[in-house]
Amino acid sequence: MESTVSAKSGEPGAEQPVISLRGATASLGSRTVLRGVDLTVRRGEVVALLGANGSGKSTAVRSVVGQVPLSGGELELFGTPFKRFRQWSRIGYVPQRTTAAGGVPATVREVASAGRLARTRFGFLRKADRAAVDRALALVDMLPYAEASVNALSGGQHQRVLIARALAVEPELLIMDEPMAGVDLANQEVLASALRQQVSVGATVLLVLHELGPLEPLIDRAVVLRDGCVVHDGPPPEAVGQHALPGHDHVHPHAAHDAEPLRTGLLS
Amino acid sequence: MEFLTPAFMQRALIAAALVGITAPAIGTYLVQRRQAVMGDGIGHVAMTGVALGFFLQTSPVWMATLVAIVGAVGMELIRSRGRTSGDIALAVLFYGGMAGGVMIINMAPGGSTANLISYMFGSITTVAPEDVTAIAILAVFVIAVTVGLRRQLFAVCQDEEFAKVTGLPVRALNLLIAVTAAVTVTVAMRIVGLLLVSAMMVIPVAAAQRLTRGFMATLALAIGISLTVSLAGTVTTYYVEAPSGAAIVLLAIGVFLVLSLVSAPLARRRAKAARAASEVCTGDDVKV
Repeated sequence: MESTVSAKSGEPGAEQPVISLRGATASLGSRTVLRGVDLTVRRGEVVALLGANGSGKSTAVRSVVGQVPLSGGELELFGTPFKRFRQWSRIGYVPQRTTAAGGVPATVREVASAGRLARTRFGFLRKADRAAVDRALALVDMLPYAEASVNALSGGQHQRVLIARALAVEPELLIMDEPMAGVDLANQEVLASALRQQVSVGATVLLVLHELGPLEPLIDRAVVLRDGCVVHDGPPPEAVGQHALPGHDHVHPHAAHDAEPLRTGLLS
Repeated sequence: MEFLTPAFMQRALIAAALVGITAPAIGTYLVQRRQAVMGDGIGHVAMTGVALGFFLQTSPVWMATLVAIVGAVGMELIRSRGRTSGDIALAVLFYGGMAGGVMIINMAPGGSTANLISYMFGSITTVAPEDVTAIAILAVFVIAVTVGLRRQLFAVCQDEEFAKVTGLPVRALNLLIAVTAAVTVTVAMRIVGLLLVSAMMVIPVAAAQRLTRGFMATLALAIGISLTVSLAGTVTTYYVEAPSGAAIVLLAIGVFLVLSLVSAPLARRRAKAARAASEVCTGDDVKV
């Protein structure tokens, strides 16, 4: 399926798509999850992948970053076939997680600094690396907590740390798997504003969402999956992505539908 | 300082210091990825190596290292496959290693299960000069890996999926962790013993995190605690007739309990401060 070229990728045509997935099939165990998915994301686009639980949307993004091997089809990142792709510092990945904590405490800064490994193979943190981590933490409003333990954070703050970790890579392409899952409205707003900033400086974004929520104004295009197939690729659907889908959980951030972020009235 | 005079005690203290540093150094990563039991499994498997060393009349330390590495790599492969039957495969490996060790040692000329005992629980009188050399070489390897690659290993143990997308060679690093854990087990075997080595990978880390907020801080404090109790335990068994591993582990548990008691009010205060801080910050402003 050919994608719509968004208004923002206005540069002259010959450019390679950032993500090009063609006829992708994949299975988890014995279950076929993707049955021939086409997904093209061009430079500067913000594409939301929508669908009910089990529709394959998460598997689709995980296959794009190589977490799920494709059993068929083709994948190119930045014009390079996936097998030969090595420029990981161009990608910031936010896996689907409810927590950033492990069995040992770690500070917010330590977790976010892991993102710099995409750029500093030998792991020395130079001044520029520290500055990038600080900028990433500031973008999601977590700088005041930099030295706090992630174990002490709320669910929404965990998600902000995971996004800061991806932003610390200073990527051209952000891939996020359900970044809004289990995140309250106030935290969703922080994430939306971080994303808005990234988009304004030209980042390309592919994200899995359950519903558009406060991100709706940012989305250029929505791809809706059902049962491992693309059933919609175009402008964000009015209701299709949200209420028409079976099994969506009723988080209702409708107050944020206009482009303006919520002001302090609601939050303080 | 009378305990410093005998040569065997000097060797035992060097070995104890190296155990004290290496066990929590790798243990912190194992605990981080909630794999604390791995050290225990390797310890069981290494018993076959020790017995093989006796049987073939080569060095038990190097033979144990070899077998432990094979076992650890096997465990890592089972783990990374993520099969549901992995549990059972691990059990087979653990108990196969232990049973194999007991079987083989009894087949060795003049060998009996009693030979294994000092390897199971540690003993300060059995650290031979060539053991000290072997332990020192292995310990240097463990320290080089756990300190030199700390940021990479932290990333892999904290979130394997993310680490992969930063382009880190995750599979190679996982195998390196397994090999390093195996090497640590054989470093620790003379002083702490194969059945108790896992305790020194886990308990100092658990004790340290009662006080710490960060990963590197936990790593450093765990090494400090472990080094202290390893030396103290070794000295204790110079005066008290007992396996050194038992004394060291009991001391470590003592430190853990004391720090738990001390830290409870601290944690409460910290949680309160965090709550207060989050109230202030959420209300601050939402950036456009």
